[in-house]
Amino acid sequence: MDQPNIISVTGLCNSFGDQVIHQDLNIEVRRGEILGVVGGSGTGKSVLMRSIIGLQEPVAGQIRVFDQGMVGKEEDEATDVRRRWGVLFQGGALFSTLTVAENIQVPLREFYPEFSKDLLDEIARYKIFLSGLPPEAAHKYPSELSGGMRKRAGLARALAMDPELLFLDEPTSGLDPIGAANFDNLTRDLKETLGLTVFLITHDLDTLYAICDRVAVLADQKVIAIGAIEELLAIDHPWINAYFSGPRGRAARRGHSDQNDKVRAEMQQRGRS
Amino acid sequence: MVMANPANFVVEDSPGGGRIVRLSGSFVIASIGDVDGQLRDVTGPVSQIDLSAVDQMDTVGAWLVHRTAKFYAADITGCAKDAGRLINAVSGVDAADAVPRPHVSSLNHFLAEVGGGVVVGITTLLQFLGFVGQVVKAFFILMMNPGRFRWHAVVQHFDMVGVRALGIVGLMSFLIGIVIAQQGAVQLRQFGAEIFTINLIGRLTLRELGILMTAIMVAGRSGSAFAAQIGTMKITEEIDAMRTIGVVPAEALVVPRVIASVIMMPLLGIYASLMSIIGGGILCWIVLDIPPATFVQRLREVTPLTDFWVGMIKAPIFGAIIAMAGCFQGMQVKGNAEDVGLKTTAAVVQAIFLVIVLDAFFAVFFSEIGWG
Repeated sequence: MDQPNIISVTGLCNSFGDQVIHQDLNIEVRRGEILGVVGGSGTGKSVLMRSIIGLQEPVAGQIRVFDQGMVGKEEDEATDVRRRWGVLFQGGALFSTLTVAENIQVPLREFYPEFSKDLLDEIARYKIFLSGLPPEAAHKYPSELSGGMRKRAGLARALAMDPELLFLDEPTSGLDPIGAANFDNLTRDLKETLGLTVFLITHDLDTLYAICDRVAVLADQKVIAIGAIEELLAIDHPWINAYFSGPRGRAARRGHSDQNDKVRAEMQQRGRS
Repeated sequence: MVMANPANFVVEDSPGGGRIVRLSGSFVIASIGDVDGQLRDVTGPVSQIDLSAVDQMDTVGAWLVHRTAKFYAADITGCAKDAGRLINAVSGVDAADAVPRPHVSSLNHFLAEVGGGVVVGITTLLQFLGFVGQVVKAFFILMMNPGRFRWHAVVQHFDMVGVRALGIVGLMSFLIGIVIAQQGAVQLRQFGAEIFTINLIGRLTLRELGILMTAIMVAGRSGSAFAAQIGTMKITEEIDAMRTIGVVPAEALVVPRVIASVIMMPLLGIYASLMSIIGGGILCWIVLDIPPATFVQRLREVTPLTDFWVGMIKAPIFGAIIAMAGCFQGMQVKGNAEDVGLKTTAAVVQAIFLVIVLDAFFAVFFSEIGWG
């Protein structure tokens, strides 16, 4: 139960035809952390996530989630693991014929048919609140929501079962900077309140600096580095240098340290007065 | 979650008046089962909710505690730090400001459905007319500027609508020819007039069934494909992208499909009629002992050339209707994937319906002008 690693992937190989995506990839996700996964386009970030959640059968390798082997499990197997994780897909992947509230209730109805209608409605209502949506969003259809609201609704559905592990696939892509920052804060708050472990795929450097405890870098078909951002900055690898020390990387770091400075200054001031 | 004690509670009278609800076990989603209903049934007044015997709690458990506490205005005691944080988090949503699902009475609903149906019917008809106008306009613009005409797309649709349909249309027509001949033979034999089976085959397939069955098959194969293709392009904003680039969707998407269908329908119709005649001929040969040479000779005597022309006049019109209905419904798609399915179905139903209505008109028309 209290194994430190919620996810452990060893020797993962994935390929589509001749194209090798992953070659002997290892990664571990520790309980209670937000792990950011970065990498250039086409380095197989989403494929890695799909392998872990069982949507992509790997060519070789071991994947253990909550200390259970996941490779080769059929859709109807390992449901006790499936009900302990929540997944937010890139576009939200909401069921388009159901309202937001009904979307949230889908996993609940599936696993807990004994829940009363009232309880289901209440759960949907507070999940919508937790994900930062206005209450009237409950009875709207996904096509009536904006992109940002759709992501929040997807998050609400991912949180429906009170998961311990949350997968987020580019949660801030397509959001405006304010919406993205809000989403980052939301993720961090939820992680702290609900005690979540988060596996987060992102391109957003601000997200990395703002909320990730550790960052894994995917390149050359494997995880070339994993650790806190300061540790990654010390590594001499062309892609990592280009990524974190490019103009955007520097801007994100500056913004992050500015914020830290501000907090420090405020604390000092408070200490003085 | 390791299976811990199921959620449970007891109600005690407190010395200071009111009652105390003591919760125990794990208040998590997996073990909460019936407690929800029982907690709702607790009779008040409740002054205190005690959580000191609770092992585990998640947001669902926190919600139950919060709801009960709020309902009786009770105090929450013995709350662990984590549980307190969760209760705090869910308490932000207030039970009072629930947004009710919009509700309408059944009479209102019925009237709204009828009214909505009428409005949709009329607007669809108007939009369809507008659409036909757009396509005709696009067609003439293309006639003026043949350089912009998309030959490649037309040829591609020749292949999709015509060539690839040969197998299924041929087989279907062959079997229909057999059915007509067999039924005709059985019925006409009662009058000793089996020889008229040939009249039946020749005239029926060329005038009516060859074309009609082909139209139904093309509507099912290609009309639906047009609606689905264009509908999907609508959802992925490809059509919008075309418009912004300056490509007119009616020119690029609709005209090639309509032209391909208009040209392919008569060709498929001839082919289908021929296959039906072959099927009927084979049955006549086997069952009625009419040799092929006699069959062909008799066929030429009893089938006027006008029967062929009747079919050939109808076929391109049917083709145009099928393609237009498919493209029109595709263009009507908005919103989500489900709509593509609905509009595809609508395209096929609409196309077949219009084809059969027109076929009835043609039947009366041609017999009035003496082509009966």
